[in-house]
Amino acid sequence: MKSSLLRISNITFVGLRAIARNKMRSFLTALGIIIGVGCVIAVVAIGNGATKSVEATINSLGTNYIMLFPGAATSSGARMFTGNSTLTADDADAIKAECPAVAYVAPTVRATAQIVAGELNWGTSIQGVSVDYPLIRSWNVSDGTFFTDQDVKSASKVCVLGTTVADNLFPDGQAVGQIVRIKNVPFKVDGVLEKKGGNMMGQDQDDTVIAPYTTVMKRLSGKTKIDMLQISAVSADQVQEAMNEIDGVLRQRHRIPPKGDPDFQMRSQEEIAQAQTQQTGILRMLLLCIAGISLLVGGIGIMNIMLVSVTERTREIGIRMAIGAKGRHVLLQFLFEAVTLAIVGGALGIAAGIGASLAVKYFLQWPIVVTPTSVALSFGVAAFVGIFFGYYPARKAAKLDPIDALRYE
Amino acid sequence: MPKKVIEIHGLTKIYTMGEVEVRALAGVDLLVDEGEFLAVMGPSGSGKSTLMNILGCLDRPTAGTYLLDGVDVSKLNRDERAVIRNAKIGFVFQSFNLLSRTSAAENVELPLIYGDLGWSRQKRRKAAMEALRRVGLQGREHSHSSQLSGGQQQRVAIARALVTEPAMLLADEPTGNLDSRTSEEIMGIFQSLNEGGKTVVLITHEPDIAQHARRVVTVRDGLIQHDEKVQQRRVDTRGIAPPVPPVAAEATP
Repeated sequence: MKSSLLRISNITFVGLRAIARNKMRSFLTALGIIIGVGCVIAVVAIGNGATKSVEATINSLGTNYIMLFPGAATSSGARMFTGNSTLTADDADAIKAECPAVAYVAPTVRATAQIVAGELNWGTSIQGVSVDYPLIRSWNVSDGTFFTDQDVKSASKVCVLGTTVADNLFPDGQAVGQIVRIKNVPFKVDGVLEKKGGNMMGQDQDDTVIAPYTTVMKRLSGKTKIDMLQISAVSADQVQEAMNEIDGVLRQRHRIPPKGDPDFQMRSQEEIAQAQTQQTGILRMLLLCIAGISLLVGGIGIMNIMLVSVTERTREIGIRMAIGAKGRHVLLQFLFEAVTLAIVGGALGIAAGIGASLAVKYFLQWPIVVTPTSVALSFGVAAFVGIFFGYYPARKAAKLDPIDALRYE
Repeated sequence: MPKKVIEIHGLTKIYTMGEVEVRALAGVDLLVDEGEFLAVMGPSGSGKSTLMNILGCLDRPTAGTYLLDGVDVSKLNRDERAVIRNAKIGFVFQSFNLLSRTSAAENVELPLIYGDLGWSRQKRRKAAMEALRRVGLQGREHSHSSQLSGGQQQRVAIARALVTEPAMLLADEPTGNLDSRTSEEIMGIFQSLNEGGKTVVLITHEPDIAQHARRVVTVRDGLIQHDEKVQQRRVDTRGIAPPVPPVAAEATP
């Protein structure tokens, strides 16, 4: 046992030396693996970072968050949302009054417009909401105040700016109390929201203007129906109950029988998170497929060079056989060489992948998460590629006839 | 009665090339005692190379028996023959066949690595150094093949053949790539090793070189045509230390 271990270590050494002798070629051979493993590491790191960040964004909605849209859920037949909302502000009031599991309801209407302040202007989205909105999104003003329920009831021309809008329209930072014009309607700026940052869908959440939904409907969009309800359940474990209660109330108000298709649909935070996870999962599978293909190509590169190496060293193989190398000695020598190439390539690839991830983090400010699992996995795959693609050339070397090999020029 | 190193009876080798059968060896009988210095001569196509391949356990005979150092090697498979080559035969080739970019000492160590000896690195290195000393290469142990002259490379090859203390040295045209002066030197080494008790089998087509042996067999058309003692033996020990006894360490288990 001891002697066979000794021999294996000697043969390993022999293989390693062949690599050291052909540094440039060995590096180029390993490059396929380096790139493959590097891609896997970087893709997984960036993918994990994206997932983490999406999760964080969705979780920031709060675990008791519910969204309610008008229109039918995709169902049998071809009923789709046609754009005609049937939701009204009264629905929102009724839900809040009649559903004990519901804490807050914010009717939401959306519009986009160019906002003008003095000589500066900025195009952004306008969200019309009620005073429950900051409570549902846990998003407070950092400067000034949020508008009041009275403002909502009377459709006052007041608004609250996201920091991106405030910075662009009021570079000197004096936004509160100023007047901005939206579609020529003057709005008084009551406050500026806290900075929230971008979400992973690439949207800057601070690039928004918040105003009373009544004002937006009346002055800006001319809509009479609500685009969406944002709802908060009393607690996370009452989300399902709240959804049941809301369903009951709206069916009653819209005169829809219990078995009929509703003209609204709800999504809890949990469902949104699930859908999102599924999406990023598919994307990641796709990227991993690409990385897998590049590893495959890297493996073929190793096989190619090993075949060349076996041919080049036919005479050396003959000498080794003449002085007593058995078939498996030669096999092991070449297999070790291939595996070493793959493993060194894998290690360099891991370094390159982590480096690329850090570069992405530094230059693009994307979050990255390098997991030990992905490192271990790609290392294992690299070693496997070495064995798999090194075996055929090694076996070819081991099967050479010593007489022919010695005569080979 | 000295021990027989080679005992061959009715050795036949037939190559099949498509439809044609070529009889390279047609029933050769040969006995070689321990301590002999035998030269095998013959023109190309005589079956000399085939005989050398079978003697060296690189190939198997089609028929007949071959006992090497008392072991029947005519029926062994590839790996078994590799073990026999390692333990019982020391090869010296025409073109030296050293590993390039590898030091002399490492080349000499190589058979010890493949042999199932269980030796430590230090022990292998010591044996390699001793073998290099025996061929007069002390001081060049760490030179790479490319830094050595042809004669020196052939000495490394002889040291490599010696290091396992094989039953015989099998030299295939060992002077074919050397000038005449260096050839004499190399033959001198073989002679002094033979004086020390080594069995040497030399394959050559040059009568001058064959004259260094004690006995010459001539192969022609797959048969041994002549088998005779060398009358006027050439002895050459130029530049060579007096016969060196084998290393004290037991090389074979």
